[in-house]
Amino acid sequence: MTERNPEGGTQVADTVIAPHVEAPVNPTGEAADAVRAAARKKALITGIGFILVGLYALWAFGFGTSGGEDAVFGMTVPNRDTTHVGDLSLPARGVAIAMSVVCMIAGGLRIAFDRSRLATRLSIALFLIAFVIAFLVWAVAGKQMSFAGALQNTLLAAVPLVLGALAGVIGERSGVVNIAIDGQFLFGAFAAALTGSVTGSLWAGLAAGAVAGALIGALLAVFAVRYLVEQVVLGVVINLLVTGITGFLYTQLLQKDPEQYNNPGVFDNIRIPGFADIPVIGPVLFDVNVIVYLMYALIVIVHLGLFHTRWGLRARAVGEHPTAADTVGIKVNATRYRNVIMAGAIAGVGGAFLTIGTVGTFSKDMTSGAGYIALAAVIFGRWRPLGAVAAALLFGFTSALATSLQPLNTSIPSQFLQMMPYVVTIFAVAGLVGKVRAPAAANKPYTKG
Amino acid sequence: MKLELRGITKRFGSLVANDHIDLTVEPGEIHCLLGENGAGKSTLMNVLYGLYEPTEGEIVVDGTPRKFRTAGDAIDAGIGMVHQHFMLVPVFTVAENVMLGHEETKPMGWLDRRRARKKVLDLVDEYGLKVDPDMLVEDLPVGLQQRVEILKALVRDAKVLILDEPTAVLTPQETEELFRVMRALRESGHSIVFITHKLKEVKAVADRITVIRRGKVVGTADPASSEKELASLMVGRPVKLVVDKTEAEPGAVRLEINDLTVLDGNGQAVVDRVDLRLREGEILGIAGVDGNGQSELTQAILGLRAPAAGSISLDGKDLAGMSPRQILGSGVGFVPEDRQHDGIVSDFTVAENLVLDMVTQAPFGKRGSIVPSAVRDNARERVEEFDIRTQTIESPAGTLSGGNQQKVVVARELSRPLRLFIASQPTRGVDVGAMEFIHKRIVAERDVGTPVIIVSTELDEVVALADRIAVMYRGRIVDIVPPTTSRGDLGLLMAGVLPGAEHADGAGATRADTAPAGPVEAKTNESDATPGEEDPA
Repeated sequence: MTERNPEGGTQVADTVIAPHVEAPVNPTGEAADAVRAAARKKALITGIGFILVGLYALWAFGFGTSGGEDAVFGMTVPNRDTTHVGDLSLPARGVAIAMSVVCMIAGGLRIAFDRSRLATRLSIALFLIAFVIAFLVWAVAGKQMSFAGALQNTLLAAVPLVLGALAGVIGERSGVVNIAIDGQFLFGAFAAALTGSVTGSLWAGLAAGAVAGALIGALLAVFAVRYLVEQVVLGVVINLLVTGITGFLYTQLLQKDPEQYNNPGVFDNIRIPGFADIPVIGPVLFDVNVIVYLMYALIVIVHLGLFHTRWGLRARAVGEHPTAADTVGIKVNATRYRNVIMAGAIAGVGGAFLTIGTVGTFSKDMTSGAGYIALAAVIFGRWRPLGAVAAALLFGFTSALATSLQPLNTSIPSQFLQMMPYVVTIFAVAGLVGKVRAPAAANKPYTKG
Repeated sequence: MKLELRGITKRFGSLVANDHIDLTVEPGEIHCLLGENGAGKSTLMNVLYGLYEPTEGEIVVDGTPRKFRTAGDAIDAGIGMVHQHFMLVPVFTVAENVMLGHEETKPMGWLDRRRARKKVLDLVDEYGLKVDPDMLVEDLPVGLQQRVEILKALVRDAKVLILDEPTAVLTPQETEELFRVMRALRESGHSIVFITHKLKEVKAVADRITVIRRGKVVGTADPASSEKELASLMVGRPVKLVVDKTEAEPGAVRLEINDLTVLDGNGQAVVDRVDLRLREGEILGIAGVDGNGQSELTQAILGLRAPAAGSISLDGKDLAGMSPRQILGSGVGFVPEDRQHDGIVSDFTVAENLVLDMVTQAPFGKRGSIVPSAVRDNARERVEEFDIRTQTIESPAGTLSGGNQQKVVVARELSRPLRLFIASQPTRGVDVGAMEFIHKRIVAERDVGTPVIIVSTELDEVVALADRIAVMYRGRIVDIVPPTTSRGDLGLLMAGVLPGAEHADGAGATRADTAPAGPVEAKTNESDATPGEEDPA
């Protein structure tokens, strides 16, 4: 009476079809052909897509640039560079044509080597890089753009995204989907600005940002873990809640007396001698403030922690197969609480960066959806900390480009440039990620028995 | 270690799952717990493993009473459990799964993978449990996954191992291999509690047998007792272990499946170029270890999955492209493998469940609304005819026992004129009494001329019911053989190995000669096929 029926038995069913017997059943047949044909078709479609985009680039960027014009890229960060690398001047038309051709070659490679994973990845990377260069030389032709400045903006835009994505990775790996990253950002930014202003200490502000993020994390955890609320809905609701609270307090408090309540200041940059002297990237990466260094450390810690420590092994077990974790004595829900709250603190630091790390003041709804982009980075990065970091950098780069290109008066409407990060997000998540596997128990509350 | 259960009682509300159960497991014995599905075996073991707290009674380990509040307590007391559904993280390696919750660490919680690997390898050597510690669990066949579960228990110094229905997912050869490991563990002083309802296995491996029925110990038996004795002890009355049926009289071909291929979400072929011909008045049994494409095959016939290639035609009519409702409407009866998910709506009444797929037609539906009187009349008839034990026809179907729920599904599907009847795991989780009845009905359906497909992972059931047996392995039909084929050969087929050299063309050919007089190569293949002998390099 009390024994349960197999509940779908997916685990067993999924794993039975495993290679262990050299069976006389010939596996290379129509079915295998069908699988290969599907892969081939996909390669063909993307490859042709690459070639078409390359042709477009050739027409629009290559032949759209008048000969003789140079695109000049500044390679030094203003006021911060001691390396004095000269500007890079490229013949716009020639480079744009060359890069468009490279795009098409990448498409050809994608089709030719449809079965090698490495070749697939390389061809996609090659295509993206060539396309971006072709686009840039066209947009900058006859003008000047600070490339080092764009890199710097990339980093600045990416810091909160990276921290938010790390928070997302920890949460989802433990089985809790964290849509509330945006709320954690906003609350962290708000708390950091307010506390920093009131106490006059940026460090207190930073701590307050982390605590604020952790609070939102705790809220998420209580409802998701204890009350089994649907986590996506819950996250969205929490974001709305935070938007409301911070908006209200902003108009009631911060806006009324900005000197007193919204004037925390910004962390000073710390220059690391030696590293900061590396040409181009040195000043970008190693002449930054303490939150960015904290981010570097967190990337390493979260990556190593997740894959090489007991904490990470248990967190992942809880996110993949909570029942299995429970039967070996791991406290599933306690683990989830701890990790979600900790992740919230990390996202809170990301939020603090928005105020006391860059602009120095809080403004209403200042995250403008950055939390959702961080969430996209989690998925694009395949739930791996380093992947998420790379994705966050890509998103940061697109938004930096938008910022850098805007003053150049290119023929692209500025609204379109501002759309770019979001468009890239959509394409990244929908198209390039391919089939990925989320942690099996993400968004699934655990109840015993 | 000596383990005693004294007067264990477990109640869930008014339901008594275990009623004053006494059980003693001596060191170094294989103690078999025999009982039907729902007899309370698993509840008892969950009590023992700290997953449930007993309402009454105590657990005594080596003379000291112990209380297990969590699985961790039971592990500490030296009890290990291999669950029916494996408790393994599929994306972890074998070593990671074994060490989870019991990690070897260096300072700062850093995992010591080397030491973990070594521990696994030591145990592998000691008990002959060959498995590669670096493989991902999801890439392992089920038999090896089970070994990982056993390793997990051993690495925690378990002295008593509970194996909960361990053979349900194994081929006969893998089962033999498991028995070998169990004996090796017994030799080294471990005790094993082996839970099962399969009589053959009990006789093969048990030192002592305790039989449980309806939550009570009804007796102990000797492994030398006959299967018949064990069965009647288990069920509480004399049982017929064979299905009464006459020779099939196959007529014209009714169902034709040509070259059917079904892909899963990852583009893997789960049904791989299957050809089948099914004739009027015959039962085709589909045998195979769970997860080799049987479910997907039936789903494709029902229109629940779109085939990637191939055709399915019933009485000359192409079923491809038709919706499940149209297919049901054209006279296909279907008993799904997972009745609670797909067979019934638990919150609907028995009466409603008995007309689920017929409400759009007269007499149950009229001008877009249901005719309650017709539904009630039908329910009374079916409940009577199929001996469905329910308080009233208005009780929610979810309150019925598993066997009676299954009778509801079978009654519904057999209560209209059929052109094809498909039953997946028709008696999974059903008591022996209901099983006899369901089998009788299936044979009766055949005798009126309906072509019948039975999918079952229980070899006994397939052999008892089928007129021809198609064995599936990794999506392919390896061979179609008569039910008189030896179990050894069927087991080999289930592992994808042809016992003889000749290969059936799969087009409905029934092989007369199935004597295992195959060439020596096939025999070598057999030992290769047994996961235990697989070199984990």
